[in-house]
Amino acid sequence: MIIEAKGIAKKFMREYVLDHINLTINSSDRVALMGPNGAGKTTLVRAILGFYHLDKGDIKVFGNDPIKSRVEVLNSISFIPQLPPPIKLSIEELIKYISKSSNTTQESIFKEAKRMELDLEANLSKPFFKLSGGMKQKLLIAIALSKKSNLLIFDEPTANLDPKGREQFYELLSEIDESCSTIYITHRLDEIEPLVNRKIYMELGKIVEDERL
Amino acid sequence: MKNIFLIAYLDIKESLRSKWFYVYSLVFGGLMALFFITGISDAVVMGFTGLSRMLLIFIQVTIIILPIFILITTVKSISGDRESNVLEYMLSFPISLKEYYWGKMLGRFITVFMPVFLALIMGVIFGLSKGGSLPWGIIFLYSILLFSLCFTFLGVAFFLSSIVKSTDIALGSSFVVWILLLAFIDIALIGLMLQNRVDDNVILIFAMLNPIEVFRIGAISLFDPELTVIGPVAYYLLDTLGTTLLIVYAIIYPIIIGGLFALFGYLAFRKKDLI
Repeated sequence: MIIEAKGIAKKFMREYVLDHINLTINSSDRVALMGPNGAGKTTLVRAILGFYHLDKGDIKVFGNDPIKSRVEVLNSISFIPQLPPPIKLSIEELIKYISKSSNTTQESIFKEAKRMELDLEANLSKPFFKLSGGMKQKLLIAIALSKKSNLLIFDEPTANLDPKGREQFYELLSEIDESCSTIYITHRLDEIEPLVNRKIYMELGKIVEDERL
Repeated sequence: MKNIFLIAYLDIKESLRSKWFYVYSLVFGGLMALFFITGISDAVVMGFTGLSRMLLIFIQVTIIILPIFILITTVKSISGDRESNVLEYMLSFPISLKEYYWGKMLGRFITVFMPVFLALIMGVIFGLSKGGSLPWGIIFLYSILLFSLCFTFLGVAFFLSSIVKSTDIALGSSFVVWILLLAFIDIALIGLMLQNRVDDNVILIFAMLNPIEVFRIGAISLFDPELTVIGPVAYYLLDTLGTTLLIVYAIIYPIIIGGLFALFGYLAFRKKDLI
């Protein structure tokens, strides 16, 4: 079992953003996490990553508490946020940070970037935030894929990519190991339908639909 | 542990490219150069001249601007990253919160301390070029006092940065802290004394608790052992504690305060939602 959430609840401004959710995600589950804005999708992902202290319930990721054992949990997770953050580190420094802190190497990040047709060598000294939107997203994807994780979490990963970039991204995803689980937060199921085997729909902090495809 | 140094190294690299770092370095280095160019070291005020005069002026300026510079440049460190979602991404990698927080603090300490320290060294070189003698004791003690002042305000800044979610509130809080502490250096304390509404011991406790006042008394007592150039509270403290104890207090107390604030900041960082 990769994720086991029992009755998890999180309130912001007295409103439940996660409303007593029970969820189990097993290895090989490829989940499309859907729902309108404010449904709680990103909050759920952040709870999985150990960013939030829950008001109620219990969550285990790879059998560990994601807050108390954040290093062990995050060693096995790759995450791509919805929007590339304005990181001021240069590409070289960012890659150094990731390769030294995570189970990946600079070479494998370069390799994945090449497969996304992203020329890293020419931009090494550039601050990350100065790259174009598409380049930033490609680099985040390359980093996520180079980290040999058991769980990949993508929050609208193709939002900044052109049609060719999207195609390359989906092609790379189709090569991911079968045993690896993935969670895609998306509004467009049609794009990722061939890549998922489960659809979870959230509304007002609750899971209202959980369907195997 | 290795990640603490990695985070510190990356924070230093990032700071060295930032505009605030250039302004910060330029202000302190430029001030020293300005003192030299304008011939302050040749002037005689209250018996001070040469290198001592230049260092004394440098201290007076440092007391006022160093705390606010450290506060406004550092307070955005964690709160700014949180607001721009940089923290969300950087902490999605297996870095412990301890390594991240203390690594950031170590890196930021080096970037705020080095320009002030180098400005001091620059002043010493200027002073020597004028043919004065080298007051090693004063330079050594003043460096340590600068170290402890930087550490205090860095600790306060990291504390504020951890507990507030928005950069605006963090900056606003920094100004409040700075203004409050500045208001309670000797002049405001004398005002309170003159009004006779507050017990003298309370005023002395205020003075002893204020790191800016403690730094001011400690630093100026290096030049003027009888503290004739500052107010009665400082004079009373010197008379009660003695020079050595006063300097030891001026070094250790701000470090303890900075350490405690940094620790509370770390506990808040761990206990609160990260984003």
